[in-house]
Amino acid sequence: MDRIPILKLRNLLLVTIQVDMHDRLALQLQDELTQRINETGARGVLIDISALDIVDSFIGRMIANIAAMARVLDADTVVVGMQPAVAITLVELGLTLPGVRTALNVDRGMALLETNADAPTDSNEANARFSD
Amino acid sequence: MSPASDAVISRILKSHESDLLDDWIREQMSGFRSTSRIREPELRSQSSEFLSLLQQATQSGNVTDVLAPPYGRVRDALNDLSRSRGIQGFSPSETAMFVFSLKRPLFARIRKDLAGDAEGLAVATWAATELLDRLGLYTTEVYQKSREEVIARQQQELLELSTPVVKLWDGILALPMIGTLDSARTQVVMESLLQRIVETGAEVAIIDITGVPTVDTLTAQHLLKTVTAARLMGADCIISGIRPQIAQTIVHLGVDLADVVTKATLADAFRRALEMTGQRDKLRTRA
Repeated sequence: MDRIPILKLRNLLLVTIQVDMHDRLALQLQDELTQRINETGARGVLIDISALDIVDSFIGRMIANIAAMARVLDADTVVVGMQPAVAITLVELGLTLPGVRTALNVDRGMALLETNADAPTDSNEANARFSD
Repeated sequence: MSPASDAVISRILKSHESDLLDDWIREQMSGFRSTSRIREPELRSQSSEFLSLLQQATQSGNVTDVLAPPYGRVRDALNDLSRSRGIQGFSPSETAMFVFSLKRPLFARIRKDLAGDAEGLAVATWAATELLDRLGLYTTEVYQKSREEVIARQQQELLELSTPVVKLWDGILALPMIGTLDSARTQVVMESLLQRIVETGAEVAIIDITGVPTVDTLTAQHLLKTVTAARLMGADCIISGIRPQIAQTIVHLGVDLADVVTKATLADAFRRALEMTGQRDKLRTRA
């Protein structure tokens, strides 16, 4: 039985999808990922789909859902490494993943999450100033 | 069709081959307005080859079905002929006249051969007409097909020519679009842009539509799809080169470009792209 590994890197979770995504696997990933975010208190989630070359509407929706769930749990989600064919398919299916952030590769995705990790401190400062 | 009439055609083709050929070539040469395009020796060799192949084919007793196996070599000869004439710029009727011009000499021979037999003459003439008409139509068909192949190839070449993706700076790609955007072209454009984004790891892509004459809802939709696909892959898109009339059209059509960064000129877009990739200062020091 295939499993999608969820790796913890400092305060981030890295999900690398290396196998063919089928529906049950996607649901299982959704379960495990929300569980892990809860356990680890991760601030960011990187979903690397560079090895994924086929998507259907269900998988596309799952990706959007997982991102939305992670956001509810206060973790930013970045989908990285989407293949051109996958991007075209999703657009043709009308799944433009609004609200999901994207990056070209894991490196860029981590950089994006790090700059974002700074952002809350800014807003905290702003809040502090506001309360003063 | 009676076997007798078939045999007549075959017999005439065989017995009168050389003078039939001379008459036919005279007929063809008078038919051409400009004789410079094809030389007589070339025409003669084509004609004599065709006549002897036709004679062999009619010996099979079949003078109606030109798609039957005995006519295989006749068809091959006609294929070569129409293709070469198509390339040389002959008109379809000039190409078909190759076959049709054989009628007059052939009918003259048939008339002479069956002088006393009115019934046989009518039957043989009809058989010959039918045979030559079919061969003529076949020639036109092949001519048409070869022209269509040329058109298809040119379309393909145009498609390849018209979609260059250029690297402007580290992490910045530009896609200067030229000409009308239809679905097939946009697909190619989208694919080549996304492929280059993967190869170069570019963060920003500038789509310049200065060379696009008109923008309708379909074109705008294609553009938005490209922008969205690039965003899904993690690259930002800027659309530049929007001319005043096109800006007006886009608004009148109610196309929503609110989520897309748009700039009037490629220069503005490039400046913005440098800012987005944090390279603005680098440019200034180099300059």
